[in-house]
Amino acid sequence: MDTLLQVRNLKTYFYTEAGIVKAVDGISYDLQEGETLGLVGESGCGKSVSALSILRLIPNPPGRIVGGEVLFEGRDLLKMTEAEIRDIRGNRIAMIFQEPMTSLNPVLTIGLQIGEALELHQHLDKEEAREEVLRLLRIVGIPDAERRIDDYPHQFSGGMRQRVMIAMALSCNPKLLIADEPTTAVDVTIQAQLLEIIKELTSRLGTAVILITHNLGVVARHVNRMAVMYAGSIVESGPATDVYGHPRHPYTIGLLASVPRLDQPRKERLVPIEGQPPDLIHLPLGCSFYPRCTYRLDRCSDERPELRPVGPDHWAACGRQFES
Amino acid sequence: MQESLKKIEARERGPFKEVFHRLSRRTTALIGLIIVLVFLISALFAPLLSPHDPLEHNLAYKLAIPSWDYLLGRDELGRCILSRIIYGARISLLIGIIVISIGVLVGVPLGVISAYYGGKVDFVVQRFVDTMLAFPGILLALMLIAMLGVGLHNVMIAVGISTIPIYARLARSAVLAIKARQFVEAAKSIGSSNLRIILQHLLPNSLSPIIVQSTLHMATAILWAAGLGFLGLGVNPPTPEWGAMLNGGRLYIRVASHVATFPGLMIFITVLGFNLLGDGLRDALDPRLKT
Repeated sequence: MDTLLQVRNLKTYFYTEAGIVKAVDGISYDLQEGETLGLVGESGCGKSVSALSILRLIPNPPGRIVGGEVLFEGRDLLKMTEAEIRDIRGNRIAMIFQEPMTSLNPVLTIGLQIGEALELHQHLDKEEAREEVLRLLRIVGIPDAERRIDDYPHQFSGGMRQRVMIAMALSCNPKLLIADEPTTAVDVTIQAQLLEIIKELTSRLGTAVILITHNLGVVARHVNRMAVMYAGSIVESGPATDVYGHPRHPYTIGLLASVPRLDQPRKERLVPIEGQPPDLIHLPLGCSFYPRCTYRLDRCSDERPELRPVGPDHWAACGRQFES
Repeated sequence: MQESLKKIEARERGPFKEVFHRLSRRTTALIGLIIVLVFLISALFAPLLSPHDPLEHNLAYKLAIPSWDYLLGRDELGRCILSRIIYGARISLLIGIIVISIGVLVGVPLGVISAYYGGKVDFVVQRFVDTMLAFPGILLALMLIAMLGVGLHNVMIAVGISTIPIYARLARSAVLAIKARQFVEAAKSIGSSNLRIILQHLLPNSLSPIIVQSTLHMATAILWAAGLGFLGLGVNPPTPEWGAMLNGGRLYIRVASHVATFPGLMIFITVLGFNLLGDGLRDALDPRLKT
């Protein structure tokens, strides 16, 4: 398999009046063609920002990508001109957003909105685009597509709108799909359906997926690899089964322990991670998880741990792992 | 049950029918709509509707009181007042449309660009708008007429220019609110250009305040045009124009009050009609009142 996306030392900062918010502070990862990567972490850890940075959708001001490289099929997306990146967006790399209720334009029919990417990138005329939109609507499981193509977004439920978003994102057969918490805002019963649709369609098209979520259950079922983010950095990454089954970073361990599991006896108590995530303006000098870590050592407070291998293709950034 | 049926019914309609439906449920808005429609029809079909030639004078019958033949009587030169009022609607409509077009066509793009690009662009445009707003509108109009000369065209240009900052402000605030919505980000994520985002996504969503403002402005424009016509700064005689007619009848108000009363009444009713319609539209387009 070829490497589709290489993110190298990506840094995205927000310049606010209170100071510089280091939302993404030097993350690196690779994504192979057709692979699904789960990007996990709690709210505000920089998952979404790192994904938006790939497509250069960070609002500037206040945000700015201050460093790093994002190599997509060998070309650095961060060095492209505005016209070049527009040609990538929606065509080679597509995105699904968290809020299906607000990611569709309320005054345009859904047919027109799905057709927009087709017109922009595939240069289809109105008739052809309409045919293609109908086909897409059927694929994502919208019943009665002929009638619903001319409906407005407010006539759809949240789950249906997210299907529309999936159709829109996959309309140009992208090589990479970034799904930013695609199921967070919909009912639990719908979540599984949507994830199945995404999984099935992307595997059929050979599309690689970056699935951003804070739902570890979703990750375990649907991704090949996972990366755990904390305070703007990746603290652990590796094959999903390894990270899930044998977490090596104290944060990952804590994260897994704080999720209720149906396969465990009920009397076991959930273990929360004590404390709060650090202020991204004043990051600690050493390990950013130091103040909350139960396994911390003295030197963790002033040495920032690097990602180091802890198993086959399994990496963790913890000073403790190598103490014997 | 009844409630949910209504909702389903509302869903089945498109957004335009839905707005019309909500508009038609308000009596005052409906009255406004009817007045505006009558006004538009008289303006468009003036030659068919007016019983006499508005310019044909007959001094033998000057200041004649209303009769079956001349429903609203005759003016100081013996011209049919009803016909002149009907033809006058054309001038008022024309003035309204041109004034609003100037305001909308210049003001809205300024406001949209200002809001969308932000930063320095926003600063420059907004200071320009502030400067224009600091001038009293009627003074600006009089100044422009002093520069450009008296005449209908100049009145329209003058009043039109003075409305630009209002539309620029309005469009800016509407776009600022919409620009932050996720569908704009989604549009960027599929590779839409800035121009496309502005035309497809930002403009259609910021239209409702602009439509409401234009309707209300139509009333203001008619009033301004009549005011300037009354002062003798508008159309040249003998063109029938409401403000000028009012001024012509002013001298005879003691002996023949109908000459000034009917044009004045027309101005009043038309302005009221546009204001009622504008208020009704504002309510009908208010997203918070949607069921």
